[in-house]
Amino acid sequence: MAFLDALLNGLTLGGMYALVAMGLTLQYGVARIMNLSYGEFLIAAAFATYWLFQLHAINPLLALFLVVPVAFALNWLIYQVLLNPLVKRSRTRGELEVNSILATFGLLFVIQGLVLLLFGSNYFSYTYINTVVMLAGSPLAMDRLLAVGFAVVIGALLYLALMRTRPGTALRAVSVDPRAAQLVGINVRAASAMAFALGGGLVAASGVLVSMFTTFNASMGVVFTMKALIVVIMGGAGNLLGALAAGLILGLAESFVSTYVAPGLTLAVTFALFLLVLLVRPTGMMGRAEA
Amino acid sequence: MTLPRHFTRAALGLCVAVSLAASPLWAGEVPETIRIGYAVSDTGPYAGGAGTTITPNYKLWVHEVNEAGGIRIGDRQVPIEVVAYDDRSSSEEAVRAVERLINQDEVHFVLPPWGTALNLAVAPVLHRAGYPHLAVTAVSNHQENLMSRWPRIFFFLSMSSHYAEGIVDMLTELRDSGEIEGRVAMVNVADQFGIELANAARERLDAAGFEVVYNQAYPPGTQDMQSIINSARQRDPEAFLAFSYPPETIAITDQAQTLGFNPPLFYTAVGTAFPLYKSRFGDNVEGVIGIGGVESDSEAMMQYIERHTEVIGQAPDLWASAPTYASLQVLQQAIERAGSIDHETVVAEMENGTFETVLGEITLDGRVYWEGWQVGQWQDGMFRAIAPMDRDGASELLLPKPDWR
Repeated sequence: MAFLDALLNGLTLGGMYALVAMGLTLQYGVARIMNLSYGEFLIAAAFATYWLFQLHAINPLLALFLVVPVAFALNWLIYQVLLNPLVKRSRTRGELEVNSILATFGLLFVIQGLVLLLFGSNYFSYTYINTVVMLAGSPLAMDRLLAVGFAVVIGALLYLALMRTRPGTALRAVSVDPRAAQLVGINVRAASAMAFALGGGLVAASGVLVSMFTTFNASMGVVFTMKALIVVIMGGAGNLLGALAAGLILGLAESFVSTYVAPGLTLAVTFALFLLVLLVRPTGMMGRAEA
Repeated sequence: MTLPRHFTRAALGLCVAVSLAASPLWAGEVPETIRIGYAVSDTGPYAGGAGTTITPNYKLWVHEVNEAGGIRIGDRQVPIEVVAYDDRSSSEEAVRAVERLINQDEVHFVLPPWGTALNLAVAPVLHRAGYPHLAVTAVSNHQENLMSRWPRIFFFLSMSSHYAEGIVDMLTELRDSGEIEGRVAMVNVADQFGIELANAARERLDAAGFEVVYNQAYPPGTQDMQSIINSARQRDPEAFLAFSYPPETIAITDQAQTLGFNPPLFYTAVGTAFPLYKSRFGDNVEGVIGIGGVESDSEAMMQYIERHTEVIGQAPDLWASAPTYASLQVLQQAIERAGSIDHETVVAEMENGTFETVLGEITLDGRVYWEGWQVGQWQDGMFRAIAPMDRDGASELLLPKPDWR
């Protein structure tokens, strides 16, 4: 049953990639902040979960309800204090992107330093759920399935919120054209802060879920930032469905290549797909042309 | 304009080279404190390895030496003073930090960074400045070549092939005694260490007539091992060998456990001996085989584990931690015997002496510690050394590995 194994594994892996990338697509797509410290927030959430679970016996799924709101508030604050001055100063989107890259690059070291100070540089890992679900004869790890389940739920809720509610529409309007959005009475600053904070909440959620089945240390944030960046740019910045599709495609591709070709080529196939999409559609699979 | 600039640069380089080659001003005197410098990876991809194996031992050693009053030079006890930097897991940064330690901080001895890559990166700097280099966590098959290039470098973990040899010889013995038939699946991390180990193992397995049913490499940092585990499982191997690094060692074990892959011999490389591994998998570690191992009857070793746990707050890695600590004991005893901090004299002592360490009585024959354990196995909560099987202190192999719980 190699095929089914590869398919299911690819789906869970892809779901995880999509989950990790969803926050960044909001931060980059709407708030136009190219957040290089994205992965650090994920790792920080993973450590927070570890700490809550090991020392306070609060299970990771409960931790979700603690960590996510805190991350949301913290990211909102970061946007208001650190990033808003940059937004005001930057005349164009391009300028804001460069400025935000520099600022969040600094933030990366601050967060990493704090985690190092609190937890040291060791690897961390814990066991929460390690049951197996049999799906048509293929074993699947429960913790991964759970993460994917959450990814789907969070993705769907977010999608509905963005498409069906007024604040969601405002966010989308800002993502399309901040100036025109202002003309119709949307508070761009508040909307951007909201998008950034939402993205922060999402990355914290993925940190909590990912920590259930990966080994992490204080320095691993950049791995997640890279993966999220690839998924976001491939899917089209600011497009949730694009992130979901790109995540799934990458996950499936990696899984099939690993099963049928060679595990050594998973990275190569990721970048080959990435390049291919960029060559054919420079704004990503579901991205629209720049205004 | 090009010529003069090149010329100045060359002249400058020459000056630096000359000043580096000259022995430091302080050689020969007894200082107030012995300044020990190190640059290890507090951040970056190597931080996990360094934070488990290297830094705790440096801290423990300095703590213990200073608690005892210091290192005895002649009739004086000289305490240690530490200068430490973060090399951020980057070769350039490591080289810069070591140069700074030598030239600016003027430390008397430099302790090595973690891992083969960084040790090889700083080796030329230490060599030029005439410093001894205890390349403890460097494992390379080009050891001999490196030793002839850098006459003050010492190795403690032997070569990659040493470990491949250990596990393959063990498998050969098991096959010859009829306990296994000889189907082996192997995977390795695609970096120097993993490739060297896997190539050495593959060669020996082929030569011994084993059937290698699965042999693949994966990129460093891979966390998703399900497809590898599934592919290996479908080929029903008797031995599964993963020449892996710590995060993947955890991922492989974790996913083998969830996917119910339990071959009679389950081997993962770096990280199997880490305290994290035990705390992560609890009773499920029983029977897992890996690189390293400690002699469980050795009192010196058990005391070391106890002290490490007490002072640092975490247990040591049961492969490279003890050799790291032993290398520091060697350095200390060599300084004491030399009665000075002069590098040449200390190196001569290290090359020729016999040292009392946590590994027992050791010599660095040809600037290498050859006696390290090749294979260990988790048994009753301790990562016991099991190969070379015929050596004193080796524990009996537990076969087959018990089921995952």
